[in-house]
Amino acid sequence: MRLLINKLVLILSTLAALLGIGFLFWILITLSIKGISAINLHIFTADLVDNGLRNLLFGQFVLALIAVVIGVPIGMIAGIYLQEYSYNSKYAQFIRNLSDVMMSAPSIVIGTFVYAIVVNPIGHVSGWAGAIALAIMMIPIVVRTTDDMLGLVPTELREAGVAIGAPKYKVIFNIIIKAAKVGIMTGILLAFARIIGETAPLLFTSGNSEFWTTDLNNEFPSLTVAIYNLATMPNEELVNIAWAGAFLLTMFVLIINLLGRFITKEKTK
Amino acid sequence: MESLFKRLSWISATTILLILTSIFVVLFLYAKPAIAEYGLKFLVDSRWGVEVSQPTKPQVSPSTKSSATKATPTTTPKDDNIAVNDEDIAVSDEDIAVNDEDIATDENVAVNDEDIAVSDEDIASQVPSSADEAITADDDIDIDETSKHTKVIYGGLVPIVGTILTTILAMFFAVPIAMGIAIFLSEIAPQSIAKPVGIAIELLAAIPSIIYGMWGLFYFGPLVASVFGGSSVSLLVASLVLAIMIIPFMASLTRDSMNTTPNVLKESAYAMGATKFEVIKDVVFPYAKKGIIGSMILALGRALGETMAVAFVIGGVFTFPKSLTDPTVSIPVVLANSFAESNGISLNVLFYLALILFIISFAVISFAKFYFLRDKK
Amino acid sequence: MIMHIKDFSFTYKGASKPSLKNINLPILENKVTALIGPSGCGKSTLLRSMNRIHDLYPGNKYEGEILLKNLQNQKMENILEIKKENDFIALRQRVGMIFQKPTPFPMSIYDNIAYGLKLQGIKDKTELDKRVEDALKGSALFKEVKDRLNDDARGLSGGQQQRLCIARAVALKPEVLLFDEPTSALDPISTSAIEELIVELKEEVSIAIVTHNMQQASRISDYTAFMYLGDLIEYDKTETIFLNPKQQMTEDYITGKFG
Repeated sequence: MRLLINKLVLILSTLAALLGIGFLFWILITLSIKGISAINLHIFTADLVDNGLRNLLFGQFVLALIAVVIGVPIGMIAGIYLQEYSYNSKYAQFIRNLSDVMMSAPSIVIGTFVYAIVVNPIGHVSGWAGAIALAIMMIPIVVRTTDDMLGLVPTELREAGVAIGAPKYKVIFNIIIKAAKVGIMTGILLAFARIIGETAPLLFTSGNSEFWTTDLNNEFPSLTVAIYNLATMPNEELVNIAWAGAFLLTMFVLIINLLGRFITKEKTK
Repeated sequence: MESLFKRLSWISATTILLILTSIFVVLFLYAKPAIAEYGLKFLVDSRWGVEVSQPTKPQVSPSTKSSATKATPTTTPKDDNIAVNDEDIAVSDEDIAVNDEDIATDENVAVNDEDIAVSDEDIASQVPSSADEAITADDDIDIDETSKHTKVIYGGLVPIVGTILTTILAMFFAVPIAMGIAIFLSEIAPQSIAKPVGIAIELLAAIPSIIYGMWGLFYFGPLVASVFGGSSVSLLVASLVLAIMIIPFMASLTRDSMNTTPNVLKESAYAMGATKFEVIKDVVFPYAKKGIIGSMILALGRALGETMAVAFVIGGVFTFPKSLTDPTVSIPVVLANSFAESNGISLNVLFYLALILFIISFAVISFAKFYFLRDKK
Repeated sequence: MIMHIKDFSFTYKGASKPSLKNINLPILENKVTALIGPSGCGKSTLLRSMNRIHDLYPGNKYEGEILLKNLQNQKMENILEIKKENDFIALRQRVGMIFQKPTPFPMSIYDNIAYGLKLQGIKDKTELDKRVEDALKGSALFKEVKDRLNDDARGLSGGQQQRLCIARAVALKPEVLLFDEPTSALDPISTSAIEELIVELKEEVSIAIVTHNMQQASRISDYTAFMYLGDLIEYDKTETIFLNPKQQMTEDYITGKFG
């Protein structure tokens, strides 16, 4: 009887695993089939207004990149505070928890927040608003990564730096961060991959533009928002463009993730 | 220099506190008119954008008018008597009931009922004489004399229930499968299989949620509809897509905490003649219990606030689902669909909803954090 | 006498009782002074007070005096009175420290040694080169690494890394070097290389070393202090401590009756 139950449970969990994995591969396969068949040179050379993706790919990348430029310094320095300057005070513990909560905050709420503080006062959507929304999403991830990675650096290294007569901020920048560099870089890379696939915070902050633009003060092209809009259109051709965009986005995110994994592996070797 | 940097780092850390508090404050401020208008009754009111007549004319009139004037968009054509702006659209209970079936069977249903009202001349013409508060104050007075007083009621019950239902159902589907995957990966599969499959699962957790939504709309929804009947956008489809989206996340977190069980512990249980299932049930689960529950709550939090995976497949209709295969709506989807076209009180209502969502997810995540923290001690 | 610890007590942040009580200990010039005792006796705490590395973590309490001789005017100055960041930096360059585990900085071998020199303000490339080379020669590492000075220091073996850390400290020309169980993470061959190095180094600097290993203390030190539960039980010449201790407790520890 015991053995029977054992067998049953093992079979069930294997089946559950197969079911789950099956679904997940189904997604990837349909995405690849639809996506690859819709990809052609035209998509990379034309803007959305001419049924291409050029401006969207560029726009999404720029938004995420600006978010990195805004979010990484704040997140990193905050992470440095938590690990190096707070001596695990109650306040630091509080901020640490708060940052984790913020990491799980619904992304659409971040979007409404940025709408309220940026879009509404200005009166229209803008690239900056989108980038700010993504930066807010990014900050807690960077804080967590920096905090964790600096925590892995042995205390002796800090003491050795100080023992040689370096001021603390120099120890942090010349020694500690260098020692944790690979981990932090990987974390930032993964955070980048995460926010570049975000849609909800961009819906009413950056909006979407059909045209090629570099003007962040106006509505800005966003691949994910465009996918959302296009996919629900009754026009087959536009839906196919959405599939192509979805495929490219997924591939980009997966490649970055694999890259991050590879870097970590190389380092731990 | 040293103290300067110390100060700077403290400021950066405090920015996080600042952002979170300002999210609360800003959402609250923007939601305030709606909170003042509808109060906590909003939480239990299932009417959305419903026009009701005002029994006591003089008392209510000023308050509605003031909110209406604030909301008045300058773009509203003055000579147009037919409602164009979303918040003036008043669809009576009857109309919703009448159109319910049409909406439910409509394939491109990812529009809210205000939009339907606008695009659908029939509905609009059914209520052409309804008082339009949003039409400028001068017009307001004219209409005041000719027609009865009305007020648009917004209630958040349908999206709130929709959010909770999709989340609970998604958890119901996801937990067994995620547990199965985690057990498979950490206890059953040989290293040579567990490793690549584990990586694949982690990669799938990284796929943007919009991809899951799109796949649900084009492939999974129709399949579910053909098996269970009903529409290809429904509560059931939304929950399943959501479940599939959170499975990789939950499975990899659960596997990680199951892997923390020391081998010695497992081996000593095996040494006593326990079967694999008994080892998992009596050694691994109790040992990793807090981590597993924590990962479930984190997945729950993710499901609660998920927008894109749900937006494609839930239907966006403001009705309670009578069965699993009926479309309904959730808070993030209301926000995603209606935000851009809203202003005035209807926008305040959306902020009210966002605030509710934020508070719910904040509470859920804080609970999970608390759980994890106790675990560490 | 280069350092003199007088009536020194030390209390960790939040602790109700002091970890060190009324310690009196001289550190003699160009001699090796060993601190021995069972774990938790406070020997590392004492060592870490001598360059105030404890001050990395706020809230610890010092009492008494730790005097350090100023080589310019031969006066003894109390290092516990230091408050300014710059004075801390100067102190730590005068009193170097070597840790249990090797702590190579994440940079090249050359930069590891040049880093402290650059902090001192030395910019001239030829002087840097010379000081680096001297330091490496001084710690018997030069031959092994002269062809790969620009390689990452973390690629060296454990023993080499530890000698690099010693070279790094020596390059600053400190007056005192503090060793906190420098060989506890190393194999026997590396250990004996480090021990030889310490004996050679005392020509130039005064040395205090914390060790678990009594044989090591007897091999390399001139003076030995035995500590127990935050008290300094006995201090004398190393031979006296090991062959003819005055306190019963010291004898018991040396002969392995407890510890």
